[in-house]
Amino acid sequence: MTETFRPETEAQLIDAISWANSELLPLEVIGGGTKRGLGRPVQTAHTLDLSAFSGVNLYEPEELVLGAGPATPLAEIETLLAENHQQLAFEPPDLSALLKVESSGTLGGVIACNLAGPRRIKDGAARDHFLGFDAVSGRGMAVKSGGRVMKNVTGYDLSKMLCGSYGTLAAMTRLTVKVLPVGQKARTILVRNVDAAQGVKALAAGLNGPFEVSGAAWLPASIAARSQIDYVQQVQSDVAALRVEGFGPSVDYRCQKLRALLAPFGETEELHSHNSKTFWKAVRDVTPFCDDDDRVVWKLSVAPTAAPGILSALSHLKEGVAYLDAAGGLIWLATQSPKHGAHEPIRDAIAQAGGGHATLIRGPASLRNAIPVFQPQPGPLAALSQRLKDSFDPNRVLNPGRMTEGL
Amino acid sequence: MKMPDPDKAVIARRLTIADDLRALVPGEGVIVDEDERRAYESDGLTAYRTPPLIVVLPQTVDQVANVLKYCKEQGIKVVPRGAGTSLSGGALPLEDGILLGMGKFNKVLEVDYDNRCARVQPGVTNLAITKAVEEDGFYYAPDPSSQIACTIGGNVAENSGGVHSLKYGLTTNNVLGLEMVTIDGEILRIGGKHLDAEGYDLLGLMIGSEGLLGVVTEVTVRLLPKPETQRALLIGFPSSEAGGNCVAQVIASGIIPGGMEMMDRPAITAAEDFIHAGYPADCEALLIVELDGPEAEVDHLIEEVRIIAEGLGATSLRISQSEEERAMFWAGRKAAFPAVGRLSPDYYCMDGTIPRNQLPHVLSEMTKMSKHYGLGVANVFHAGDGNLHPLIMYDANNPGELEKAEDFGSDILKLCVEVGGVLTGEHGVGVEKRDLMPTMFTEDDLKQQMRVKCAFDPDGLLNPGKVFPQLHRCAELGRMHIHKGQLPFPDIPRF
Repeated sequence: MTETFRPETEAQLIDAISWANSELLPLEVIGGGTKRGLGRPVQTAHTLDLSAFSGVNLYEPEELVLGAGPATPLAEIETLLAENHQQLAFEPPDLSALLKVESSGTLGGVIACNLAGPRRIKDGAARDHFLGFDAVSGRGMAVKSGGRVMKNVTGYDLSKMLCGSYGTLAAMTRLTVKVLPVGQKARTILVRNVDAAQGVKALAAGLNGPFEVSGAAWLPASIAARSQIDYVQQVQSDVAALRVEGFGPSVDYRCQKLRALLAPFGETEELHSHNSKTFWKAVRDVTPFCDDDDRVVWKLSVAPTAAPGILSALSHLKEGVAYLDAAGGLIWLATQSPKHGAHEPIRDAIAQAGGGHATLIRGPASLRNAIPVFQPQPGPLAALSQRLKDSFDPNRVLNPGRMTEGL
Repeated sequence: MKMPDPDKAVIARRLTIADDLRALVPGEGVIVDEDERRAYESDGLTAYRTPPLIVVLPQTVDQVANVLKYCKEQGIKVVPRGAGTSLSGGALPLEDGILLGMGKFNKVLEVDYDNRCARVQPGVTNLAITKAVEEDGFYYAPDPSSQIACTIGGNVAENSGGVHSLKYGLTTNNVLGLEMVTIDGEILRIGGKHLDAEGYDLLGLMIGSEGLLGVVTEVTVRLLPKPETQRALLIGFPSSEAGGNCVAQVIASGIIPGGMEMMDRPAITAAEDFIHAGYPADCEALLIVELDGPEAEVDHLIEEVRIIAEGLGATSLRISQSEEERAMFWAGRKAAFPAVGRLSPDYYCMDGTIPRNQLPHVLSEMTKMSKHYGLGVANVFHAGDGNLHPLIMYDANNPGELEKAEDFGSDILKLCVEVGGVLTGEHGVGVEKRDLMPTMFTEDDLKQQMRVKCAFDPDGLLNPGKVFPQLHRCAELGRMHIHKGQLPFPDIPRF
């Protein structure tokens, strides 16, 4: 019979994982369970529910640090931070609409999947804000790393290992993260009528100047036309967008400079606070692909300049449509759900463009079972990853197979 | 400091091993002569010295791979070294180990402005990266104070920081990719010009691993556009509490300065006597706050910081009006180490990090310790991120004084851990803080770290004797003790 264990203390968590080892029965690890659609489907006898490890237990705004249980709802943390004009600067996405789940999930989920939004290019990913953890490893041993301070090189940086490990190494009981101030003002500059190649050049021009651009995206006309923002809907062309955040006088100054710089690429326009916010939330949450459930969604991470070439190489994909984030370094691609083999042209295009990786972010469980969801690693790296899994979880009791076979 | 017992049989084979290595690294790249080896006997932590078995200076990645493969086959230990500026003894040689010097890997391979990154060899100095791109308006952000000499390979090994790390991050936040060679001689590429390579974050794991997991042969770093302008405030406070409050209020008001440094009275006096930077004579804590960014922003924020500082009773406040003046504010701080060196025959630089609000408590405890040990101490502090550098003054020629300085240092670091901080913020554990690791970690914590090491280097040949106070065999670490059939948790809620 399938059971759900919901330990309430670290000692109970150790017992549960030790038992799974003794019986060799794997556990699916969940906090809020909202990220089940990411990664390969896990088939386990039992579920290990960490929802009891919830709540903020440390928040010192002037020290820029927050500590919480992994199952603490992201929404709760975001509300608390907003009261103090602070935020998780890596801009964790809310994938609930894309993955058809009820909420944006938990802090532990966002860290375990290393998710970040458009501010990635300026302030880093979840990994860059994850300061430390307490956890129980797949061996059933309490293990901690890092701490609550910003600068720490004491021992290996195991926080990096856990971030993006999809719960395959350890079950966390507590996390500390770095938090940062919210910019007083945000504006977005739109550049009209730039195709992908010109768009990526415009974004690079903005990023390569001293303007501290904190978002750099490009939308094709078809996506722009469906925007919730009137200005964007009406551009009737492909559009590049650059975000500037910070103190009032600084934002005004940088916007003015950027518009002058970008004018040769196309007509420019400014989105102010509310519209700017709505625009980047849509880019962050993959809103353009939330409606049409039939299509699969891929996330491609590449060198920014490679993006236009990859888009043309993939233009033959059925019902394919793509937009760019991270100045081109991130391609969000939706395409018709294939029976099999769909990943090959995508991964070939990336390889030919100099490397990177493609992840299937939304797709039916059958497809996620059939093809590599994450970019397959070359032999020696894959073997090393297996040995690292062994070091934490030799009996493969935590989320086995979630990332790839055996991991 | 006890290092692993040297293998006498390996030492006896020195000349044979050197001959084997000459076949792998032709030319002048294999050094056995005792006088020449002695040049490598220590790094920046000069209290410890050991001439290595042999020094090898490879020039190509294949040579590195062949040397490591050979060492693995022969069971010979390897200590990687960049410029040897480590302050924690990370590159301290072993009597029975090869010192693998990466100094000949000194080329900037590619600068790619469109993707805002550069591919460099590990022996390129930190400052040379910035020098290579600054004319085009870019720089590499982490700036450890040894940046003129330290190499990017060493920065990767130690996850080096600098004075700008609160705003711009450490090495780990500014590296996109690595090429590395494992002890098996396998060449691995991790990451590249794209962000967030998938699978386990091996890039993040390698950075700060102190040369225990692999040898880095290429680094792809992130380049940033230079800020339009930089200005600094030099603020004197009557107490470290007031200085600390100012730092907290600046951050609480939403400002993340490019740099925020604090010095205590002994450090201020030492720096002023040495550099004559015009530091005020009547304050107990001196704060340098540097704002960078667009001119409009910097002017705006300088004013905000001024208001905060004056509200907290600043006894003096100057705002830099020119690049020369800004450089002068920094000159004293940057020369703080040599300035203390003038006051004392020797000094010992510590590197704990604390929650910032603990600063007054930690400083007052340190004053007590200073009296107890009869040794002076001066403090410089990366105030923004809580990284403290106490400089303990001693004279190695006085019998017992080095030991006293080390005990004093240990007490400071234990206190850092006690108040919620850590043993090392940016200098690394190395040999220096190795035996203090149990104050921060349980045996199980350390065993998990060692298991990670086993995944890379099961024979423990890479830089042994560093980081971990006790070495365990990988076979023993891998074992699990399981009692089959137990169900010891009747009290766990289940559904």
